[in-house]
Amino acid sequence: MSVLVVQDLTTSLPTDEGPVPIVRDVSFELAAGRCLAIVGESGSGKSMTALSILGLVPRPLAITSGQILLEGKDLVPLSGAAQRRVRGREIAMIFQEPMTSLNPVIRVGEQVIEALLLHEKVSKKAAYGRALELFERVGIPDPAARLEAYPHQLSGGLKQRAMIAMALIMRPKVLLADEPTTALDVTIQAQILRLLRELMGEFGTALLLITHDLGVVNQIADEVAVFYAGRIVERAPRDQFFSAPAHPYSVGLLDALPARAQKGARLREIPGHVPSPTNVPAGCAFAPRCPKRGEACDVVPRLEPLCDGSRRVACFYPEEPV
Amino acid sequence: MLSYILRRFAYGALVVLGVLVFLFFLFFAVATPDDIARRSVGEKATPAVIEQWKINHGYDRPLFPGPGHYKDNLFVRHMTSMLTFDLGRSDADGVPIKQRIAEGAGPSLALSVPLFFLELFVSVVVSLFVAFFRETYFDRIVLVFSVFSMSVSILLYIIGGQFLFGTVLRWFPLSGFDSSPSLLFRFLALPVLVGVFASVGSSIRFYRTVFLEEVHKDYVRTARAKGASELRIMLKHVLPNAMIPILTNVVMAIPFLFTGSLLLEAGFGIPGLGALTVEAINANDFSTLRAMVFIGSLLFVLGQVLTDIAYTIVDPRVTLE
Amino acid sequence: MSEFFSPGPVRDALTSSVIALTVLLLAVIAIIKVRKDEPLAAGFAEVYRRRRFSIAVLVLYCFVALLDSIAWVGGGSVSEGDLVSAHEARSVIDRVFSRPRERGYSAPLADKEFYEGSPLAARHVLGTNVLGEDVLYLTLKGARVALLIGAVTSLITIPLALFFGVLAGYFGGRLDDIIFFIMSTLASMPGVLLLVALVMALGQGTLSVCIALGVTSWVGFARLTRGETMKLRQVDYVLAARSLGVRPARIILRHIIPNLLHLIVITFVLLFSGLVLSEATLSWLGIGVGGSWGQMIAQAKDELSRDPLIWWNVVPAGVALFALLLCLNLVGDALRDVLDPRTRRLRA
Repeated sequence: MSVLVVQDLTTSLPTDEGPVPIVRDVSFELAAGRCLAIVGESGSGKSMTALSILGLVPRPLAITSGQILLEGKDLVPLSGAAQRRVRGREIAMIFQEPMTSLNPVIRVGEQVIEALLLHEKVSKKAAYGRALELFERVGIPDPAARLEAYPHQLSGGLKQRAMIAMALIMRPKVLLADEPTTALDVTIQAQILRLLRELMGEFGTALLLITHDLGVVNQIADEVAVFYAGRIVERAPRDQFFSAPAHPYSVGLLDALPARAQKGARLREIPGHVPSPTNVPAGCAFAPRCPKRGEACDVVPRLEPLCDGSRRVACFYPEEPV
Repeated sequence: MLSYILRRFAYGALVVLGVLVFLFFLFFAVATPDDIARRSVGEKATPAVIEQWKINHGYDRPLFPGPGHYKDNLFVRHMTSMLTFDLGRSDADGVPIKQRIAEGAGPSLALSVPLFFLELFVSVVVSLFVAFFRETYFDRIVLVFSVFSMSVSILLYIIGGQFLFGTVLRWFPLSGFDSSPSLLFRFLALPVLVGVFASVGSSIRFYRTVFLEEVHKDYVRTARAKGASELRIMLKHVLPNAMIPILTNVVMAIPFLFTGSLLLEAGFGIPGLGALTVEAINANDFSTLRAMVFIGSLLFVLGQVLTDIAYTIVDPRVTLE
Repeated sequence: MSEFFSPGPVRDALTSSVIALTVLLLAVIAIIKVRKDEPLAAGFAEVYRRRRFSIAVLVLYCFVALLDSIAWVGGGSVSEGDLVSAHEARSVIDRVFSRPRERGYSAPLADKEFYEGSPLAARHVLGTNVLGEDVLYLTLKGARVALLIGAVTSLITIPLALFFGVLAGYFGGRLDDIIFFIMSTLASMPGVLLLVALVMALGQGTLSVCIALGVTSWVGFARLTRGETMKLRQVDYVLAARSLGVRPARIILRHIIPNLLHLIVITFVLLFSGLVLSEATLSWLGIGVGGSWGQMIAQAKDELSRDPLIWWNVVPAGVALFALLLCLNLVGDALRDVLDPRTRRLRA
């Protein structure tokens, strides 16, 4: 049973020439305790999808159509106050930059318990108790002192652990993580990912992970959704995605990985650039850069199951699984 | 911490010395004692009259120390009279300047303190509202209003305020001052009102920028993701951060409350330090002018050190090293 | 120094024409420079698109000031009792708008004097002031005074600030310490008090007011350039040029100054409005520049409390001053929005 179902979500920027969609007809579902990784280049609409789920798309952007169902209840039509009751309690989010995402003039502990105080009737003391437990659980050494510290007194890795504790304090059903490890050192990256995986199991939280790093996807994700120009072009279980990608764009992404290239061979790159949201080509947005482009590509391909039923691909000429 | 503050004070003392040397250069070299005398007794005065004026006002000495007059020269006298806060006597009427300043400080504070805090309150509250309703018509209107009000000279505010509230509506007296509490309010209401109007436009713009810069920071997004309301975000997250530049402004301004406002005091007949300065200008009273500039810069330097200390209190990231 | 600007028919005509021509020449050079600099030119185009009306008003002010700056002696007829006499240098404005002096106040378009009721020598569209001078004529003449103060002071302030700011920021060390100390010393004296002290010491007159305004206003901009130069010094291409042994003077001229251009432009416009306001303050204190709008407003101090009311002296000067400042502020804001990367980020 999926906790989160996103259906035909479109988020647009209103302009003088009509709305420009940034996220186009995106659909996916996420089951409790599972991790879906959204991959794609910057500007492909990944972060905007996450912010749409939280109801936090920056003005003047707005959700123009679609549904976001949390345990069957649509979040899109909810009022501001009702959305706030969901945010931080049922859906939480952690951000890319732990340095700037914490308020510099408020003690870390105070920031961690804020969501708890907002959503639950607890005393400050009890809230601090919960925060202390959680700090221990996320592996912050000397947690009592760290609760009293200001953000600038914590290292980057500790800050991100504090952010995770802050997001999980209400045991949310869905956790959105936007490039949670990009700003961290490689060794700390692996620790944080392992921690997230453990906590998902413990809390039954579903994780929507946004990243451009396929290494991160390989470590943590159960399923992968590839974004291109605001649309999902392929959705597949992790192993199948890495072993036999079906969409030409996915193939291109994986071919650009050094780990997959033959030793001594040149890394292959995808020719051309990601189109900007204001001039996405008609038909398949990837067609101008696609090696397998054909006549059918003048029409937007729908995300449809491949013949073996293992995955969904939006392409008329997908790589057939062997 | 202590050694930092001591070092800041030492640098401040150096700056004050620099100011004194600059004032000496300005008022004894650029405008020589002869010039000063001539301004007082008239362009057509005979040399004898000028000499007599210089003797009467203590300008009849060599400029710099030299054989025979290591102590009795204008430079040493200028520096010692300032640094000992003796400040000398007025060139115009011989009254000790110290006494004048002591008399003027009260009325100046009576005007500048309520003016300052009212203006601060109005501009911070309005700009907080503007940041809350950013990118709406309210924001636009306030912005247009502040540009308009910045483009009006304070002279027009004074004249307009006196005309509207004094002459036409007859709510307040046109000008004057009385230190008895019952009358004080009547006399100060109009200058305070005019002062707030004249400066609130540029303050709102400044604080609006401060608030908007904070509103767009990442930690605000984090707070939203926790489910905090916009009002709570404004008051609990944005305001404490914005307090840092606001406090700097406030602490910096406190010393200047003493020097008063030249234009408001002169325009409304309030016998404060600003009016004292204006009188000094009209009477070619250079010694009072020198003393006022010295006192002003002394207060400024003090304000700067206080600001540095205030920083450590509001911003946990700053430690004085 | 002040006698340089004292009346004297030929010299007066010469100085005002020379200043006007210098400013024009600098404006032409600036335009040519800006057109070469593409981002700046694009920025100006955007500012023009947003603030067409304000720019038109500013051009009108410049035009009036220019007409009042081109002066020559002789020619044309001067009627009896005119404000300017035939043997003085007279500008275009003097020749067209000068009206005979009356004996005192007269209301706009009135046909007799305000208090005495005696007939007038001429019709005055905006009336006459206490001395019987035509208010429209004085208001038009004020444009030249305002722009002269702004232009001359900017010509003092900006090069001075740029020189010291870049020097301190680029070379650092002892030199920076000294320059920073000088700036701290000047900044520690309250602005109005320092301004007043300078004017009193230098003696009254246009040039000493400009010098006083220059001394009080260069520090702010110098601090800005110092900070920016320190940042630019660490930018990759400057580091590269330094490691290749390019001479500092060349680096400053080729890499530092061009990157400060947007700051210079923004500062110039916003400084200009601040200077005109400060001059009005000085006029109120009785030590401003003769013939400025500030002086006309200062005269009105006791006019508004009279009964019947005399409003036609203060209103034209006030409106002219307000419109100039408003347009300058609007254009300055637009320039800052478009050219300053910091505010650009804020709006995005």
